[in-house]
Amino acid sequence: MNDQRRAASPPPLSLIALGGIGALFFLLPLVGLLGRTPWSNLGSIITSDIVVDALWLSLTTSLAAAVLSVVFGVPLAWLLARVDFAGRDVVRAIVTLPMVLPPVVGGAALGFALGRRGLIGGPLNDATGFLLPFSVWGVIAANTFVAMPFLVLTVEGALHNLDQRHEAAATTLGASQLRVFRSITLPMIAPSLRAGAVIAWARALGEFGATVTFAGNLQGRTQTLPLAVFISLESDRDAAIAISLVLVAVSLVVLLSLRDRWWGTR
Amino acid sequence: MTINLDARMAVARPDGFALDIHLTIEAGQTVALLGPNGAGKSTAVDLLAGLLPLDEGRISLGDRLLDDGERVFVPPAKRQVGVVFQDYLLFDHMTVAENIAFGISAGGRSTADSITEAMRWAERFDLGDLANSKPPGLSGGQAQRVALARALATDPALLLLDEPLAALDVETRSTTRRLLGQHLQQFEGPRLLITHDPTDAFLLADRIFIMENGSITQSGTPYDIRTRPATSYGASVAGTNLMTGTNSSGTLKLDEFDHLLQTSDTGVSGEVLITIHPRAVALHPAQPHGSPRNTWETVVEGIEPLGDTTRILLGAPLPISVDITPASTAALHLSIGTPIWASVKATEIAISPAN
Repeated sequence: MNDQRRAASPPPLSLIALGGIGALFFLLPLVGLLGRTPWSNLGSIITSDIVVDALWLSLTTSLAAAVLSVVFGVPLAWLLARVDFAGRDVVRAIVTLPMVLPPVVGGAALGFALGRRGLIGGPLNDATGFLLPFSVWGVIAANTFVAMPFLVLTVEGALHNLDQRHEAAATTLGASQLRVFRSITLPMIAPSLRAGAVIAWARALGEFGATVTFAGNLQGRTQTLPLAVFISLESDRDAAIAISLVLVAVSLVVLLSLRDRWWGTR
Repeated sequence: MTINLDARMAVARPDGFALDIHLTIEAGQTVALLGPNGAGKSTAVDLLAGLLPLDEGRISLGDRLLDDGERVFVPPAKRQVGVVFQDYLLFDHMTVAENIAFGISAGGRSTADSITEAMRWAERFDLGDLANSKPPGLSGGQAQRVALARALATDPALLLLDEPLAALDVETRSTTRRLLGQHLQQFEGPRLLITHDPTDAFLLADRIFIMENGSITQSGTPYDIRTRPATSYGASVAGTNLMTGTNSSGTLKLDEFDHLLQTSDTGVSGEVLITIHPRAVALHPAQPHGSPRNTWETVVEGIEPLGDTTRILLGAPLPISVDITPASTAALHLSIGTPIWASVKATEIAISPAN
């Protein structure tokens, strides 16, 4: 609304120059990608089985990871923000670890825990025959592992910044802690919760290392778009570029369409 | 009447502030806890509402023990203490009706039932047209009524009002204060009004507790406080000018003095109580120009130093107290017998119906 008046005083040149270089750094690789795109047979590549399978798998597993991150991550963030328990700092550090660790290490660690001979995975496999690795569930587990920390940190930050007096007012009206959490806390942190879910989803969509280590690279089962790109770079460069373009397009469309409503960047 | 709230409360905050007070309130009585900012009034609210546990003491409400500083601590959700918070703390993501219904449904009623009941409260508080509005669109007075309806709808055993008029601008405060007084009468339990404004205390309370630095320094009826102030803060509070008179369309005819005052509050006609805060009166060496509708010429009859302010007592036609800074006293060359002009804005003259 104030755009015109703000434009009246031009921003400092030094900031424009540095910020512009920053933007170019992101723009140039995209231009490079577009320059090498095999436009003539693009249609046939992106409708091939390998791409359609990978796209579908990527979308469903990243969405599932985002949903799981919300379901478990929001209560976890609440516990970290509001309950003063022993070892809270340690738990927070461990939850944050996947943001720092190379995803390959995360994937290997997941294997030791949930794999065929893993801590939990072994007994589970013996009892039910269910096996996480090399299945869609393994992809979802790997995605959630790397994505959830972003949601937890975003939501925990929002909970710390929230003025708790509204929650106090709700308790004096007779509301239980759970009701306050549901009816007051969650709606009040909704913008941060949405932003956290989008970041988690975006992280899951781009996930490579943990997935390939833990879930493997089977077309139609565990081969997501990033894995398909990596495989194709070796064998069929045109296909790799085309798949990359699909990944870029899907991500851009989602990020742009959610920009105002979900990120709260207005 | 029997004592309904009996609260002996002692608590030490981590920042070194200590509070130690004893409050008693009868059912149907409004008690004002009056004190300057930083006196610990909001801490008292937190203790009574259960948002803070006692270090020592005992809070009993009716026949229930709420906190004894040791084994008993009833959590806020089970206290049945209704609170109108400073700034009201309405839930912005809910409508007015949903705000009022929140406590009703928390008490175990179905959502539909709660909304129906909330609508009845909204009607009673003249909020019927606003039932589907969200709080950010409300005026200060409307928001205060929502907060009061929301607290009363839970059928509390004690009503706490933390600075319920502080968020309002001067123009609406007088009308809103009067409405609040009427609404308070509908609540039959003990009522505690926390305020830093002597006008609120004098016009709304049956008894006043003056609180300074975490202790009660004086308690009594508004008449006691006005006539026998015990501390310098009490004296500055007692300086609040209280008169009786008759209002017709904003012109006040005073019972005891031959003088007319203009008020912007035309909401009450007939017999009224009139208060003028001593800091609301300005003194001028000559007749002031400009807008104040109440100006008159008088003489200085008394000068009392009160710490960081000086109390000036004016003579006929309207013997009232005026608080100004010592610097102004010197700049105006005031001494007993100095001729002076006084002025008060019409918005600063608060009235309420005389009983």
